[in-house]
Amino acid sequence: MIPEIGNFSLILALLLATLQGTLPIIGAARGIPSWIALAKPVVQGQFVFVLIAFFCLAYSFISSDFSVLNVANNSNTELPFHFRLAATWGSHEGSLLLWVLMLASWSVAVSVFSKQLPDDVVARVIGVLGLVSIGFLVFMLFTSNPFDRLLPAATEGSDLNPLLQDFGMVVHPPMLYMGYVGFSVAFAFAIAALLSGKLDATWARWSRPWTIIAWVFLTIGIMLGSWWAYYELGWGGWWFWDPVENASFLPWLVGTALVHSLAVTEKRGSFKSWTVLLAISTFALSLLGTFLVRSGVLTSVHAFATDPARGVFILAFLVIVISCALLLFAWRAPKVGLGGKFDILSRESMLLANNILLLVAAASVLLGTLYPLIIDALGFGKLSVGPPFFEAVFVPIMTPAIFLIGVGPISRWKQMSLPALAIRLRWAFGISVVSALITPFFMGEWKPMVSFGLLLAFWIIVCAFVNVKHRLNNSGEGSLLTKLSKQSRSYYGMHCAHIGVAIFIIGVTLVNSYETEKDVRMEIGSKVTVGGYVFQFNGTSDVVGPNYKAVRGEISVLKDDQFVRKLYPEKRTYNASGMAMTEAAIDTGFFRDLYIALGEPLSNGAWVVRAYHKPFVDWIWFGCILMAMGGITSITDRRYRLKITKKESTAASVVESEKQAEGTPAAVASATTKVELATETTKV
Amino acid sequence: MMRYLMPLAIFIVLAVFLLVGLTLNPRQVPSPLIDKPAPKFQLNQLHESDKIMSSEDNLGKVWMLNVWASWCVACRDEHPLLVQLANSGIIPIYGLNYKDERNTALQWLKRYGDPYAISIVDTDGKVGINYGVYGVPETYVIDKQGIIRHKQIGPVTVDSLEKTILPLIKELQNQA
Repeated sequence: MIPEIGNFSLILALLLATLQGTLPIIGAARGIPSWIALAKPVVQGQFVFVLIAFFCLAYSFISSDFSVLNVANNSNTELPFHFRLAATWGSHEGSLLLWVLMLASWSVAVSVFSKQLPDDVVARVIGVLGLVSIGFLVFMLFTSNPFDRLLPAATEGSDLNPLLQDFGMVVHPPMLYMGYVGFSVAFAFAIAALLSGKLDATWARWSRPWTIIAWVFLTIGIMLGSWWAYYELGWGGWWFWDPVENASFLPWLVGTALVHSLAVTEKRGSFKSWTVLLAISTFALSLLGTFLVRSGVLTSVHAFATDPARGVFILAFLVIVISCALLLFAWRAPKVGLGGKFDILSRESMLLANNILLLVAAASVLLGTLYPLIIDALGFGKLSVGPPFFEAVFVPIMTPAIFLIGVGPISRWKQMSLPALAIRLRWAFGISVVSALITPFFMGEWKPMVSFGLLLAFWIIVCAFVNVKHRLNNSGEGSLLTKLSKQSRSYYGMHCAHIGVAIFIIGVTLVNSYETEKDVRMEIGSKVTVGGYVFQFNGTSDVVGPNYKAVRGEISVLKDDQFVRKLYPEKRTYNASGMAMTEAAIDTGFFRDLYIALGEPLSNGAWVVRAYHKPFVDWIWFGCILMAMGGITSITDRRYRLKITKKESTAASVVESEKQAEGTPAAVASATTKVELATETTKV
Repeated sequence: MMRYLMPLAIFIVLAVFLLVGLTLNPRQVPSPLIDKPAPKFQLNQLHESDKIMSSEDNLGKVWMLNVWASWCVACRDEHPLLVQLANSGIIPIYGLNYKDERNTALQWLKRYGDPYAISIVDTDGKVGINYGVYGVPETYVIDKQGIIRHKQIGPVTVDSLEKTILPLIKELQNQA
């Protein structure tokens, strides 16, 4: 009964989405107020029905209803409660439902938090979101219905993929999807602007906070995925340039370009058609990511739930949505006109260079990801493009972009003089070069690549300080504190995110250059030294988990003959699937991680044990958190909270904007809680 | 107007590739080297780097040459199957360690198991070029006369092993 209610709700949601995707857009074009007014109630109705469907599926999983095919394939009575809940989005069908739920949530958020926008703009934006929603609901109902029955019912489910039985599974997909789907809002704003022909600074201001929130979610989602792979896969790596990872990284790169380009459009009115194109591209890459992950056209370690037949549908959807968007772009963009002029040396040109570099980086990652597919399509066979390609291509492209992170914020809009900039930055340059040359000695060994990586990181940090100092000097009278509080939150947000990039670079540079790894045979009582730490193998014991049996190793960690702690890596065998999983044991520290994983058992209780010493590895994820925090800080900026339409002075609009002022921080607060959750989990 | 259509044009080209990619699943692609003598090589061994293995050492037996690398994700996919095949003793598998680093390659074998009778090192990929390696992994079946009889591009799968490779090996081993 419950699955039927879910199924029926999905059908009703589809009907409402059809209304949502048609009437408001036509109403806005023809000026029919009643059709425009339909947008909000319809989208809220759609959300309610999708939510009901989601709860129905969650209930089926929690109550282990194996008469539902999806549940029988991805759950098991032995599975602990929180994983049964997470299994709701562990399958292909369930993850689509999660996607649709996210889309409906974003659409409702737009309908609630956009009271200061003109009604026709809101109607168009919600209409476009409705069109996207139709595509996914049809896809789900016709090719991958999560409520399909299995009759007669199975007596036991075949269990969730053990790789997915982890806390990461509970948080990573929702975050990532919030990011992916969030870019549909930026896309909808762009399409709405193209439809109405009003592409101006106001449009950029409206879509900017939405884009940044989506970017924040995507950043956190990717970070969680990387951290999860790090501790769960047992290889000790944090990024593999796997097609699915790239699929999430591509919209991030282009989304980052979009965030910067929107800043120019808002402040200077330039780059308008470019910004629109970026908004379309970001969403196109989000859809492409879905296609790559769900269709199985590429070999990936992530291929949990793939089906080539479904690929045709997603591809058709991708082609329809993006071709229409790009056609509309080609039709409207020539009339947009250019914004404010700017010099070759100006903040605009720096941001343009940053955009181009990010896009070239995204293009090369896309090429590397699709190359196997292209070669196959041309009939040249199958191959695998590995990390050597991506590292060789990505690093040189990003290096000038990172240099620009330092220079960009210091330079002026419109035009500036090179000598003035050079004078302002010569100290920054000197300090970062000297410290980058010296620091590697403290790590024990000087390496040129380390100095280079640190130079980039220090450059960002020192430039940020120079920038803040300069800004404070020009902020009039007052104590340091008043001067500091005068600066806008978006200004601090920008520096926070940039310093996050620096912290990230430091983490990557140091862990790549100084990590040590040993793969050794360990008898009971034997010791191995890695990175100055002594690991003593105390033997193994058998452990029984809720749905698995495990061999748990006990390893004492010592430093300078002082006991540090014990670590318990596990080798699990899951009952239902018989799959073996390695659970690494990690001692997380501010300056280093100790990482232990059990390999294969040998005779006489001996084991192959992998021990890693990973200096500064957590800085990688900490840097990502800083980037996300920067994004959150900047969207709490006053100008997004205050009434934007100053022309209107009726009492009603003031009330509306006050409501809005209350509304946005609430949304931000909930985002902040999620970030804190993520921060806490990294410390586990 | 034309330049504003460029993004659409690029997108359509991309979509065409994606569509073709969807329909082209079979991993078997004929190689020009099939039924030609396997290119000769003399390469250092991976485990004992002072020893050399020559392709002519294998004349008179049916053998497999598997191109692998520790950086290759798809290799992890096929690896358990190769280990199984090697354990069954049906055919000796020789590994061509392609554009890899010695230490990481050795560690990789330790981690995932070593199915290879001998692994040889092709650091600069020259032998790989002679064999027409597009990418990793690839697997060649070579007969008693040293002639390539089959080339598997991409990971060996249960399906390709049972339907194509094993029957072929049987046939080749029965030949004089």
